[in-house]
Amino acid sequence: MMRFLLLFSRQGKIRLQKWFLPLGEREKKKIIRDMTTMVLARKPRTCNFLHWKDLKIVYKRYASLYFCCGLEEEDNELLALEVLHRYVELLDKYFGNVCELDIIFNFEKAYFILDEFLMGGEVQETSKQSIAKSIEASDMLQETMEEYMSKPAF
Amino acid sequence: MSDVVEKTLTALPALLALDSQPGAGKLSSTSRLRHLIRSITELTSKHEEEKLIKKELAAIKDQVSSPNTTMRQMRELMVRAMYCEMLGYEADFVYIHAIKLAQQGTVLEKRVGYLAVSLFLNENHELLLLLVNTVLKDLQSTNLIEVCMALTVVSQIFPKDMIPAILPLVEEKLSHPKEIIRRKAVLALYKFYLIAPNQVQHIHGKFRKALCDKDPGVMMSSLHIYLQMIKENPASYKDLTGSFVTILRQVVGGKLPLDFNYHSVPAPWLQIQLLRILSLLGREDQSMSELMYDVLDESLRRAEMNHNITYAILYECVKAIYTIHPKAELLEKAARCIGNFVLSPKINLKYLGLKALTYVVQHDANLALQHQMTIIECLDHSDLIIKRETLELLFRITNAQNVTIIVEKMLGFLRLCNDDYTIIDLVGKVAELAEKYAPDNEWFIQTMNVVFSLGGDLMQPDLPSNFLRLFADGSESEEQDRQLKLYAVDSYLAVLKGDCSHLPQRFLQVISWVLGEYSCLKEDVDQQEVIRLLKKLLEQRGVSSETRSWALSALTKLCKGPGYAELALELAESLSSSLDTVLRQQAHELCLLSQDSQLHARVLPHPAPSDNLEVDSSLSFLDGFVSDALAAGAAPYKPPHQRQEELSQQRALSLEPYGLSLPVTMSSCTLTDRQSPTFLSMSSDLSGNSTELSHRTGANTLMLEGVKRVWGKDGYIPQKEPSLTPAAVDEPSDVVQSPDQQGAAETSLPEPEPEPPQLDQEKQQLASSLFVGLGSQNSMSLLGKTEVAVPRFRRKARQHESASTSGTSESSSNSSHSSRSTTDSFLYGGLLEEEPATPIQNSYHTLKPTIANGSHDARQHSQMVSSTSENEGAATVSAKEDKQANSSQILGSDMVIVRPSKLAEESIVSQRNCSKSLPVAFPHSSDSMVLQLPSELQELPHSDVVSLTSDPHLSVSCCRVFREDALLLVLLLFNPTETALRDVAVELSCEELETASLRGNVMECLEGRKSSVCRYTLLMERPHTQVAFTGSVSYQTQPGHTHILPFSGKLSTADFIRPLMLNTEEYGKLWLSISNDVKQNLKLLTGGGDPLRATLNALKDSLQLHIVDIIGSEGIVACHLLRGGPCLMHCRVHGASLAVWLRSPLPSLPDCLLYHCQRALQEH
Repeated sequence: MMRFLLLFSRQGKIRLQKWFLPLGEREKKKIIRDMTTMVLARKPRTCNFLHWKDLKIVYKRYASLYFCCGLEEEDNELLALEVLHRYVELLDKYFGNVCELDIIFNFEKAYFILDEFLMGGEVQETSKQSIAKSIEASDMLQETMEEYMSKPAF
Repeated sequence: MSDVVEKTLTALPALLALDSQPGAGKLSSTSRLRHLIRSITELTSKHEEEKLIKKELAAIKDQVSSPNTTMRQMRELMVRAMYCEMLGYEADFVYIHAIKLAQQGTVLEKRVGYLAVSLFLNENHELLLLLVNTVLKDLQSTNLIEVCMALTVVSQIFPKDMIPAILPLVEEKLSHPKEIIRRKAVLALYKFYLIAPNQVQHIHGKFRKALCDKDPGVMMSSLHIYLQMIKENPASYKDLTGSFVTILRQVVGGKLPLDFNYHSVPAPWLQIQLLRILSLLGREDQSMSELMYDVLDESLRRAEMNHNITYAILYECVKAIYTIHPKAELLEKAARCIGNFVLSPKINLKYLGLKALTYVVQHDANLALQHQMTIIECLDHSDLIIKRETLELLFRITNAQNVTIIVEKMLGFLRLCNDDYTIIDLVGKVAELAEKYAPDNEWFIQTMNVVFSLGGDLMQPDLPSNFLRLFADGSESEEQDRQLKLYAVDSYLAVLKGDCSHLPQRFLQVISWVLGEYSCLKEDVDQQEVIRLLKKLLEQRGVSSETRSWALSALTKLCKGPGYAELALELAESLSSSLDTVLRQQAHELCLLSQDSQLHARVLPHPAPSDNLEVDSSLSFLDGFVSDALAAGAAPYKPPHQRQEELSQQRALSLEPYGLSLPVTMSSCTLTDRQSPTFLSMSSDLSGNSTELSHRTGANTLMLEGVKRVWGKDGYIPQKEPSLTPAAVDEPSDVVQSPDQQGAAETSLPEPEPEPPQLDQEKQQLASSLFVGLGSQNSMSLLGKTEVAVPRFRRKARQHESASTSGTSESSSNSSHSSRSTTDSFLYGGLLEEEPATPIQNSYHTLKPTIANGSHDARQHSQMVSSTSENEGAATVSAKEDKQANSSQILGSDMVIVRPSKLAEESIVSQRNCSKSLPVAFPHSSDSMVLQLPSELQELPHSDVVSLTSDPHLSVSCCRVFREDALLLVLLLFNPTETALRDVAVELSCEELETASLRGNVMECLEGRKSSVCRYTLLMERPHTQVAFTGSVSYQTQPGHTHILPFSGKLSTADFIRPLMLNTEEYGKLWLSISNDVKQNLKLLTGGGDPLRATLNALKDSLQLHIVDIIGSEGIVACHLLRGGPCLMHCRVHGASLAVWLRSPLPSLPDCLLYHCQRALQEH
């Protein structure tokens, strides 16, 4: 089971954080700090897997953004790498040529997409089409709702 | 794909300047957030950012609290607040609004509200309770999106205690027509299963339905739950193996819709999940493994594409093949697969290959040999992670011949490493290897020196103490020991002479201890020099006070004899002003000890005894103090959790659902309950009982250490073969390895792979030294040693160690093996044990046993009591025989026939004291008589007949008969005069007891020199330590002339206790169902035989308990109160005392029982 997923920039600025197990604020802060220092210190073309305490860390850099997740002992690192990749594909499909700024400005959308993809630390839906469909369904609603709301208030 | 992203990002600065971006064009991002983000990116310092965010948060705060803010605005504010929180600034004032948004908003706002809640709150946040209702509402909504959101948030964050409230609704969703809802519901249940497994136990049937769902996605989600359940208990899911194999075959064969493909690989997530499940099911189970060989083979074959995802499947496949029952053909393929991983130029694959090798070498060390050159390359890899993994692999193949080189490599890595967690782990491994395989003392000490200086103060604290233990315990060869100690002393002196300011504290402590203990072994070293060095250490800057204390102890040990008095004085003086009280005290001790060499020898004997000190964990030496304090009116001690409990009970509403009774509250009741026996025993002056109160509460916290767990969550834990500690394993593992080594010698070809010519000599040598002992390579034969390595330091078995050392684990396993037989023999022994006819030492007067009597009395009494018996001899003999027969019969069922009547005697004494005032003498005191029970009662176990009271006309005696269902109090009235008594009526009253029936309490006439019997069937409703009964007999000597003879007596709980016949399993179940705990230490009877057994037997004899089982140093005992509940005792020998843990649904029963146990043991 995936324990957490972090997205952070090359400067170590956190862009998205998802915790699949409840943790205290201080612990979260420590993990974020450790992950950013550990991952950012890695040289290019080195192994994408790390150890942190009893967790396996899998990270991958997409452009200026690092995707980093913590796994449990029995999880498969390569598979996690593909989970990250699929998430990037999903973001790309949704935003169309996704870039860091899309995620910064629409971080809540990134969360919604993630919620459709992973649930409780496990992959819930692998099909790109299905996820796109369900996100679209919610967004369609958004459009109509917004039209509705933009009418003069009652 | 990533290239595309790269391109976009290069255009980032340009994008920043533009107002709109291509991707977000269709999205309505709020301009305020945009503004905020942009201004933050423009800032240069952290300080400025802080200022800006503070301002922003203040603005948000203003707006959210304004009543005019619409939900839509609230959504936008929430997003901004989330952004601030993401930057690390707390915005706790919006939390409640987030919940409100989720509650009241329309679907869109709800979504943001739920997201905010899951980001802001953690599991224990009190506001989460407010979410429950919202989730409930949304789960029942007809809008699918709302249901989806509710399920998502439930799996993300939900208060654990509230799961039952929504569980039925989530369950219902398992049969929802929409597969996405079913999928989410299954995953939500999986989450529940993880955090509260027992709450979803009842829906296992529905999991199975989900597994058979027509939508593969739902089936896939259900596999998460199955993986978890199978991990916990593979045996009960073996029947599903066939189905899982079929599913995997279909998936591998591409039978799933194309939707499930990932980069044209069919459902890889599903495949991997299935492989994991299969490996769990096939582990150590040949028949199950055989079912899956084919499909595993097919998976291996199909995964041929060169893509990460296929490698992920392959890796999982290989792991499965090595986990299940081995099949040569598959193993071969898997080994080839591992080879591909290891040799891959892709670094991730190499890493996984090493991991797989590490996993595999435990089964087949030969595989490492094939890849030795790759391993050597990896050892020098530029990536530390790869290096680290290689060391892990080497650690697994270490033996006595390659230990030096491997440890050298590990230490080399340690020097470069700066990750604490890795250091701790590696240091432990090096220490383990060093102890196991050290070739000589010198190497061992030097290696450990490096370990201590590198590991520093990070390492596990048991590492240095284990190391010192090795010295203290010694090994089997004394000469070896001496050498080791001498070498250590030498080496440490050298260390201290150098600059030791940078050394970790732990290392300095180890050095101090060894020098203090063993430097005197070395004749050629001047003790003054050692003392000088230690003193230098003591005065050195940057040394922690703990280390100082170690150094000072060492000095104290060394300063013996008058020659050091001056030095001691000097030290004491310099330290007397130290801020550290421990140091001051030690200095003071040093001062005194150095003056008195005899005391010194006694306090610090040399060599230090390696036995564990007896620690009185029950703090019984404080008993006197505590009882004094209690007598002086101090409140009894309450452990902190209990105090907390009481406080919270007073203060807050209980949110706990009903029925969760906490043991603490119960015991607190008994403590404060004035009626409680503990209190009685406190005020009574009988013994040191009063201290037991504090004793027990103290034991709550103390007894846990070193307690072997016999009782687990699910009841009695059968004593498994304990896991062997490395020290114990050493030899067998070597023996086990040796066939492998031989196998390697046979199978491995002269050279596993053709050697590339450019391979340099150095690496060859390294390889030969690393892989020596794994196979039979020509380079290895140089060393020529193939004998099984014997670990250098074989620790002596320690007897006093609580757990986990080889000595005790062996002995405990022995005892667990033999437990069955010992209990059998014990019970058998109990059967045979002939109770010696208890000498009936009755009180001073009137009643004497038949056997001791003259025949003329006997005649009278036999006439009196049992008119059926024709001749007195026969009567007494038959009575005696009855008794004998009874005793053997009853002992079998843990019953005792004749019980000491101490309590009754007491009452007699008191009775006598009152009757002293009466001038009436007993007219027939010389005339001894025997009152006998009616013959039908003699069959039953009963107490002695004791006299309660008497007057010139009537004497009243009583006897307790222990019927199985009740206590029968038999009052025997005897008319010693020649005149008949009229209208005799007995009345008995006792508030605490219930009279079930009575017989013979009224009679018209009691003839002279005749007796009559009156029976009361009594039951105790609630446990009391002792109950007093009072009563009176009224009679008329002449018509109209009524006399009243009062009497009283006492009964104890023990009279109402009967053995509870249980077997161990039932006991375990019952134990779990009861939550009231009482713990106390009891005296352990010593003298002859097993103290536990003797003590339990004594308790059984006097208190009618049933000994269920005795296992090793623990015993379980059961009894029940008549008409009341059971009481279970769990006894464990703890030093010189017996730690008893009682459980009973009746709150005060354990206390009563304990009181009687104490009495019984004192009398013994």
